[in-house]
Amino acid sequence: MKPSPFDYLAPGDLDEALGALAEHEGEAKVLAGGQSLVPAMNFRLATPSVLVDLNRIEGLAEVRVGDGELVIQSLVRHRDLEIPATEDATALLLARVSRLVGHLPIRVRGTVAGSLAHADPAAEWCMLAVALDATIVARSVRGTRRIAANEFFEGLFTTALAEDEIITEVRLPLLGNAGTGFREKSQTAGDFATVATIAACTLDDGIVADARLAIAGAGATPVRANRAESLLVAREATPDAIAVASRAAAEDVEPSSDASTSADYRRHLVEVLARRALDDALEAAS
Amino acid sequence: MTSVTLSVNGRQHVVEVEPRRTLADVLRDDLGLHGTHLGCEHGVCGACTVLVDGDPTRACLLFAVQCQDSSITTIEGLSKDGALHPVQQAFTDNFGLQCGFCTPGFIMLLVGALESHSVGNDEDLVEVLSSNLCRCTGYRSILQAAKQAAAELQAGAGKGAR
Ligand SMILES: Cc1cc2nc3c(=O)[nH]c(=O)nc-3n(C[C@H](O)[C@H](O)[C@H](O)COP(=O)(O)OP(=O)(O)OC[C@H]3O[C@@H](n4cnc5c(N)ncnc54)[C@H](O)[C@@H]3O)c2cc1C
Ligand code: FES
Ligand code: FES
Repeated sequence: MKPSPFDYLAPGDLDEALGALAEHEGEAKVLAGGQSLVPAMNFRLATPSVLVDLNRIEGLAEVRVGDGELVIQSLVRHRDLEIPATEDATALLLARVSRLVGHLPIRVRGTVAGSLAHADPAAEWCMLAVALDATIVARSVRGTRRIAANEFFEGLFTTALAEDEIITEVRLPLLGNAGTGFREKSQTAGDFATVATIAACTLDDGIVADARLAIAGAGATPVRANRAESLLVAREATPDAIAVASRAAAEDVEPSSDASTSADYRRHLVEVLARRALDDALEAAS
Repeated sequence: MTSVTLSVNGRQHVVEVEPRRTLADVLRDDLGLHGTHLGCEHGVCGACTVLVDGDPTRACLLFAVQCQDSSITTIEGLSKDGALHPVQQAFTDNFGLQCGFCTPGFIMLLVGALESHSVGNDEDLVEVLSSNLCRCTGYRSILQAAKQAAAELQAGAGKGAR
């Protein structure tokens, strides 16, 4: 099918873009990589009457490291993160994750900020934002606000963003020399994950000092496995402890069934992929 | 209607388009370049893949109005002086096509991947090819063609570097 008609605006700076969104609030949509929005428009699932294309705005495509954070601007493409910006664990993790987001033609155009705004429950970047407690910086003509990742994802394809807001930055804490793990099961290479997990851990003398575990594809939004995390912290990282934590993670998710995957199978994948991601993270941390 | 100058296969075209028309539609319907195929129109099959500034891109997910100032290459722009591009030749040599519907997309994908992105080994090639769908060949002959083209283009690049 073909999209329904719209007016196309390609502002040259951010203020102009924000002004256009405010003026056409409720009718306008931001266009970044177009790799989620345009399919939805071609199916007429999305019928915006105005498109505000960000791609002509200069100075919005930077990856920057500073103040203990890695900062990703609006027009940073998935592909841009394949080469780590620093040797920090966060940048190395991003490089691994980016390679599993769709295929090369998707990665050369799709953006991290667009993926967060789209909020697919299986999206790798959304899970990463939750795993690392990212801060999402959103601007509108009304000002700038910072939204914590755990308050950003509100449901299936639903976020805390207002219709006149643009994500200008995604800020991720640098993890230093933490160990990380990233595991994903998808139907075919490059597909959206059925279930995916990210773990990040630090060890102090063999004892788990910090543990993060996030899960995508087992609920309406990516989630943190809080109980699994606290079952690990302050304990020795034994295979038993990891198995117990992974089981807890699987018990706590609320997956649903769809045409290709049952809820039970998703829960099983959570347990297996949580264990593998934690194994990888704790191995790398030691 | 919006006026856009498209640079396609080294030639400038001025077209009047509705913003909602995708690059794939404009290539096919306005410029008569029917080598770019449309299958799913939602980014999944890759039949519409063309090069935009050297990158393999889904022409069904890009509006023509976004392409002002970009350099576009389609399957029609690959052969030089009647000689097939090494990737086209490799598809011919290895029976990499049957009905041919997916072929322009696969060829543009591979040209983009091999010329502007690092494709290290056979596993990387398989990963690149996983982007596009073929309902006929079973992929084996496409992979064979991709390997031949990769070896040839890399040998060529090596010679150039020396
Ligand atoms: C074949 C295929 C396979 C894919 N596989 C995967 C996969 O495995 N994993 C995965 O995570 N994704 C996958 N994707 C989706 C892809 O990653 C998209 O790039 C991403 O979801 C959206 O980013 P975008 O820049 O393309 O956003 P767009 O499509 O331009 O926009 C998406 C939504 O976000 C809004 N938006 C965009 N940027 C901003 C901003 N800066 N501020 C506020 N709102 C904004 C838009 O208005 C729109 O509502 C796939 C897509 C395709 C076509
Ligand atoms: S027609 Fe564009 S990807 Fe299928
Ligand atoms: S040759 Fe027929 S679809 Fe690939």
